[in-house]
Amino acid sequence: MPRREDLRRILLIGSGPIVIGQACEFDYSGTQGAKALAAEGYEVVLVNSNPATIMTDPELAVRTYVEPLTVDSLTKVIERERPDALLPTLGGQTALNLALALDEAGVLAKYGVELIGASPTAIRKAEDRGLFKLACEKVGLSVPKSGHAHSVEDARAIVAEIGYPAILRPSFTLGGAGGGIVWSEGELVAKVEWALAQSPTREVLIEQSVLGWKEYELEVISDSVGNFAVVCSIENIDPMGVHTGDSITVAPAMTLTDRELQRLRDGARAIMREIGVATGGANVQFAVNPANGDVIVIEMNPRVSRSSALASKATGYAIAKVAAKLAIGYRLDELRNDITRVTSAAFEPTIDYVVTKWPRFAFEKFPGADPRLGTQMKSVGEAMAIGRTFCEALQKAARSLETGKDGLSSGLATQDYPALAQALERESRRDLGMEAAPDPHTAVRNEPTIDEQRAALRRLIAIPTADRFFQVADALRLGIEEAEIHAITGIDPWFLAQVRRILACERALTGAALEPTRVRGAKQLGFSDRQIARAAGKTETEVRTFREGAGIQPVFSRVDTCGAEFVAHTPYMYSTYETVDETPPDTDRRKVIILGGGPNRIGQGIEFDYCCVHAAFALREQGFETIMVNCNPETVSTDYDTSDRLYFEPLTFEDVLAICRNEARGGKLAGVIVQLGGQTPLKLAKPLVAAGIPILGTSAEAIDRAEDRALFDALLGKLGLQRPKGSIANDAAGARQIAQELGYPLLVRPSYVLGGRAMMIVHDQQELDHYVGVAVEVAMEAMRDAQAGHQKPVILLDQFLKDAIEVDVDCVADGTTVVIGGVMQHIEEAGIHSGDSACVLPPHTLPRHVVASIKEQTRMLAIELGVRGLMNVQFGVINQMTYVIEVNPRASRTSPFVSKATGVPLAKIAAKVMAGATLTELGIVDEVVPRHVCVKESVFPFSKFPGVDTILGPEMRSTGEVMGIAATFEVAFGKAITAASGPLPTSGAVVFSVRDEDKPVAIVCARKLHRMGFTLLATGGTAAAFGRAGLPCESVQKVRDGSPHIVDRIRDKDVVLVINTTTASREIRDSYAIRRQSLLTGKPYFTTMSAALAACDAIQAGATCAPGAPIEVRSLQEWHAKPASG
Amino acid sequence: MSERRAMLALADGTTFVGRALGAEGTTTGEVVFTTGMTGYQEVLTDPSYSGQIVTMTAPEIGNTGLNKEDGEDARPRLAGYVVREASNIVSNWRADESLDGYLARHGIVGIEGIDTRALTRHLRDHGSQNGAIGLLPDDNSAAREALVRKAREAPNMEGLDLATGVSCKVPYAWKEGTGLWKPAAPGAPDAKKIDKRVVAFDFGIKRNILRCLVDAGCDVTVVPSNTSAAAVLDLRPDGVFLSNGPGDPAAVTYAIETVRALLGKKPIFGICLGHQILGLALGATTSKLRFGHRGINQPVRDLTTGRIEITTQNHGFVVDVDSIGDAATVTHLHLNDGSVEGLAHKTLPAFSVQYHPESAAGPHDSLYLFERFTSAF
Repeated sequence: MPRREDLRRILLIGSGPIVIGQACEFDYSGTQGAKALAAEGYEVVLVNSNPATIMTDPELAVRTYVEPLTVDSLTKVIERERPDALLPTLGGQTALNLALALDEAGVLAKYGVELIGASPTAIRKAEDRGLFKLACEKVGLSVPKSGHAHSVEDARAIVAEIGYPAILRPSFTLGGAGGGIVWSEGELVAKVEWALAQSPTREVLIEQSVLGWKEYELEVISDSVGNFAVVCSIENIDPMGVHTGDSITVAPAMTLTDRELQRLRDGARAIMREIGVATGGANVQFAVNPANGDVIVIEMNPRVSRSSALASKATGYAIAKVAAKLAIGYRLDELRNDITRVTSAAFEPTIDYVVTKWPRFAFEKFPGADPRLGTQMKSVGEAMAIGRTFCEALQKAARSLETGKDGLSSGLATQDYPALAQALERESRRDLGMEAAPDPHTAVRNEPTIDEQRAALRRLIAIPTADRFFQVADALRLGIEEAEIHAITGIDPWFLAQVRRILACERALTGAALEPTRVRGAKQLGFSDRQIARAAGKTETEVRTFREGAGIQPVFSRVDTCGAEFVAHTPYMYSTYETVDETPPDTDRRKVIILGGGPNRIGQGIEFDYCCVHAAFALREQGFETIMVNCNPETVSTDYDTSDRLYFEPLTFEDVLAICRNEARGGKLAGVIVQLGGQTPLKLAKPLVAAGIPILGTSAEAIDRAEDRALFDALLGKLGLQRPKGSIANDAAGARQIAQELGYPLLVRPSYVLGGRAMMIVHDQQELDHYVGVAVEVAMEAMRDAQAGHQKPVILLDQFLKDAIEVDVDCVADGTTVVIGGVMQHIEEAGIHSGDSACVLPPHTLPRHVVASIKEQTRMLAIELGVRGLMNVQFGVINQMTYVIEVNPRASRTSPFVSKATGVPLAKIAAKVMAGATLTELGIVDEVVPRHVCVKESVFPFSKFPGVDTILGPEMRSTGEVMGIAATFEVAFGKAITAASGPLPTSGAVVFSVRDEDKPVAIVCARKLHRMGFTLLATGGTAAAFGRAGLPCESVQKVRDGSPHIVDRIRDKDVVLVINTTTASREIRDSYAIRRQSLLTGKPYFTTMSAALAACDAIQAGATCAPGAPIEVRSLQEWHAKPASG
Repeated sequence: MSERRAMLALADGTTFVGRALGAEGTTTGEVVFTTGMTGYQEVLTDPSYSGQIVTMTAPEIGNTGLNKEDGEDARPRLAGYVVREASNIVSNWRADESLDGYLARHGIVGIEGIDTRALTRHLRDHGSQNGAIGLLPDDNSAAREALVRKAREAPNMEGLDLATGVSCKVPYAWKEGTGLWKPAAPGAPDAKKIDKRVVAFDFGIKRNILRCLVDAGCDVTVVPSNTSAAAVLDLRPDGVFLSNGPGDPAAVTYAIETVRALLGKKPIFGICLGHQILGLALGATTSKLRFGHRGINQPVRDLTTGRIEITTQNHGFVVDVDSIGDAATVTHLHLNDGSVEGLAHKTLPAFSVQYHPESAAGPHDSLYLFERFTSAF
């Protein structure tokens, strides 16, 4: 069946902001889908609220709507666009749920929109546990036995059926709160009662435990006539009990016989048919009992998933692209395999290498978060690595994480395992209640004995955490038997045996002279030069010199989908220590290497990948051969289509240098771009320059001048620009003295940390003293990770610009000309990390002359630094005085937002400038200031971290962003809030609990809300202030005054909005429960007065985006076509 | 795990130095590669690999050991075995033995630790060729040359009848079906009782074919490859099966004659070598592929239904598409290179497939063929 001729316009829904569990992979699939549909001649209409995506680039669709992903706004888009079909399977769970909701609301039927790729019935069958169970049983497959309990008696009956241990999953709780495992009869009553109490419907799902069973996933694809293929099998190293997104995984499956694997394949096929997935990719998860091979089906996703992205990158099979083509009528056998060109897409890839994926966590950003891994995903990103053997792939993945590990390195010398074990067990006992987390305290590392370490490791590895696999390696190092470790962890003995090989090699290297055979052997097991150096007591450079002298160099192999059976035409490369290099022959084109950002983390995510992808596109336009290096499987940058050549490699100096040398060997390497991928590539700039590799764009010295405090002060001094006064302290006494000179409040942070890590505002000496201990500890840790051990940690103290308005500016410069990309005014006041605050483009309240001054200062900085490429500057504005807070001569997190707001592709322009073009040549002369207003709002992962406070501060914690675009600020803000957390309310009760200094503004807000018919609730002081202002207000008790208190009240249905601000740390602890409860009950809440006020204005302007609100949707193409002022 | 140095030498002089695996000694054979990521035990015991040195393109081999159930024959038949990494541990609930131990016990010479991707690319680009594996205690040019010479002296696969050598010598009955491992796949044979009789020619038959025939309700008698048509008919079968096997089909002339004699007398079903023999009996010709089809991911189109099957394949020879006369129709085609994957006589109940519908190892997409066979009885 060829492409369907009866369809003309197809609507594609994206997955919205990056959140835990839904990240760049859906930009990757959406982008592939949009490209594939457009290439087939369809009109693609796209909706996604996330501006930092490639899929929302206006070129990829005829109309691109950056609008909230709600039924209401999608209905409006459908009403306007009248698409023939909706393809919901490329936008994650979000798109699938929306498609189902649109179907249930009758919208699809009303406008005659056909759901393609998956039917509503199929989606329901896969998503509804009950229906899914029936479907599985119908085809003879088992699912975990389970039952719903509403009482302890129910529970007893269910457990009698399924046996111990049993898993408790309370219904309708966020973040798995109240869930747990009942191990024995003795625990049943207490745990079930607790679980029932946590559920708003007093309902608990009790499920048979398959803890310790091996976990597998099959990525499958099928077409409309039932042709079916398994693209990839994936095995989780962490057995059942750890979410697959949080597990270290391996492809292909390593510990299944063919009979066992085919049994899973038969099962996956039967489920696909029974569920009735129309066409496209899907994912089926299985648990396999290691003792007897019994198989249980865990779940099935009738759509492209995170694992599909991994499977695509692992095999070279473009699942999303193929899925899009299958959805429009093609059969699998009508499609070609892009990699080989001559073979069919109807086949099952086979690979002659091993792929490992290692999740990346951000627990350090969420003090109080439960570090134990379980059924709720907690990782924020992942790294993938390719090696010829499991050992090689494993160690490459470990160093790709950028968590200070240069392989499967030991923590025995740096970690206090007994203390860690104790802390973890304390965590296990802490109930996930409404209690704030204890303050992080400074642990003094004792020197534990080997026996103590061994005993601690036995306890630690029993509980899955982010570092467990490293601890498993240390347990082996200390001589704990593999059999025992297998018994404790359930990790398959095969994986433990591979670790043993790595450790044997490590031992052989330790203290021994470098010797070619041994070094080659180590490299084949994935050892980095650093790892070898540490074991052998050499420096990394010494090892590299020796290695290169001995002719031990990596070769670059290709990912070819077919185990070398056919010639691969796509240069998708990975390094390995084999004998034949498969780098394509040189052309006469000049080459540019673009370094990506590595695994997603808080502060470095999709925004930087977006910039790297744009650079590849732009430089290809300029006739360069573009070469991408990255190790994040979720991204568009690691799509082999994005650049001329893809190296799926760790972003360490060693790995990048090898690639640079490989590319420089015969061809013309113009240079390397380091300024688009965030901190990861930026920190390679200096060593690469030292190694003689040309860096394109802004020089490493300029980067230094902006980052080194003394040089930065000198720079500002030279230009006569202001910055908040600040100084450096070496210890507590020094800090106190500086504090006295500068005055409180102060912004304090340790040196050598990134992304606002451990940055804090202190209000008095007591807070400062407490902070100094923590800061030093964090700095020490960071330096250990960075191996900058020779420097002494210091504390940076700066005057805190209280109540200042923060402003972000992005610009592009070519050394002589500077063009402003956009000026963004933050909605939250200074003190909230710029990545976490909402912002408005163009500024909505700043006076014209202040904006002009900000632009002028930006120009001066760009010229003085000789910026070639992008630069971001942050300013603080108080009483029309501007202060420079930070200068980053590189791509910023806001680059994609600015581009989506203005229609000017900043990153593309920057890449062309870096490669030698001038802005004048490119025709970029004037800033584009749109007449419309764009608001960026941040999205937070708090619901995934029970126990974590939601209050915002100088340390960034958001994972993603959304954009609202409209003619007015209020509507744009309303859209942004709706896209981030749901529509603002139009009536009901509003809870206020604000600090004294916010009371005047709170009264303004309250008055507006009161006039609009909202009722007011407030705690003591706030209520009194409202009373004095003549506002009717119900007074509620604070939590410490006893029940019924404010938190009880928030649970009530009539409360629709919570406004809560605090300053001092004691108050923060007191009010923690207010914020947590708001989050748990899913009510909109604001923790800054400025955001609350903006929300009131939005509500007043009718911009709530509540169903039926008269809010227009409009595409980026239309917004950008409107004339803008120069 | 051995640290003894070994070498694989190809007839064209290319050499790969690695570590000895399995039995000590020297072996020669045609060096081929197979791309299946699972199923090494099935590969090791597939009699069709007789006379061949088999390279696994998947790098980690031996992880799940070897067990009593998954063998396709009682012992390995291949001439040599080449892997990138032989597992240092066995991990599976059914495992009885390690790869190294199994090979050693059966006297199979192997090599590990060589760049199997480089070898595969070489075979792909220059075609399959003979090779030799031997120990290389001293890495000198004389030792290397000696092994290259051995590779060159090995007999050429073309014109070689290997089926006779691996065939059983006396007939036997086969009763075992797939049992607990019965595939839950569309078209899987699932007869309620054994009520049909099949005579299966053993040219190197895989056990899973026999199991599938039993699942299809057949009482199977396996007969030696040189059994005469008359002897077969004496057994009063409902159908005659022609098995897979090693070597050049054109060299098994006596079997081609026998099949010709049986045509029209009984329904015939052939797999792999059996397919080639049927083709030859129908007047077609066969020739050698450059490097063959070996793997468990090969896409085939069933021309009658248009459906795609992901198939298991293991063949170096192929029925020439242009040589198929008026007597037969092509029923299946390989999606990648358009080679003949299935044949059927236009009027008589005789058909065959080049691939392995019994899989083992591989997907269960083509099991319907067994019932297609029995429905012709």
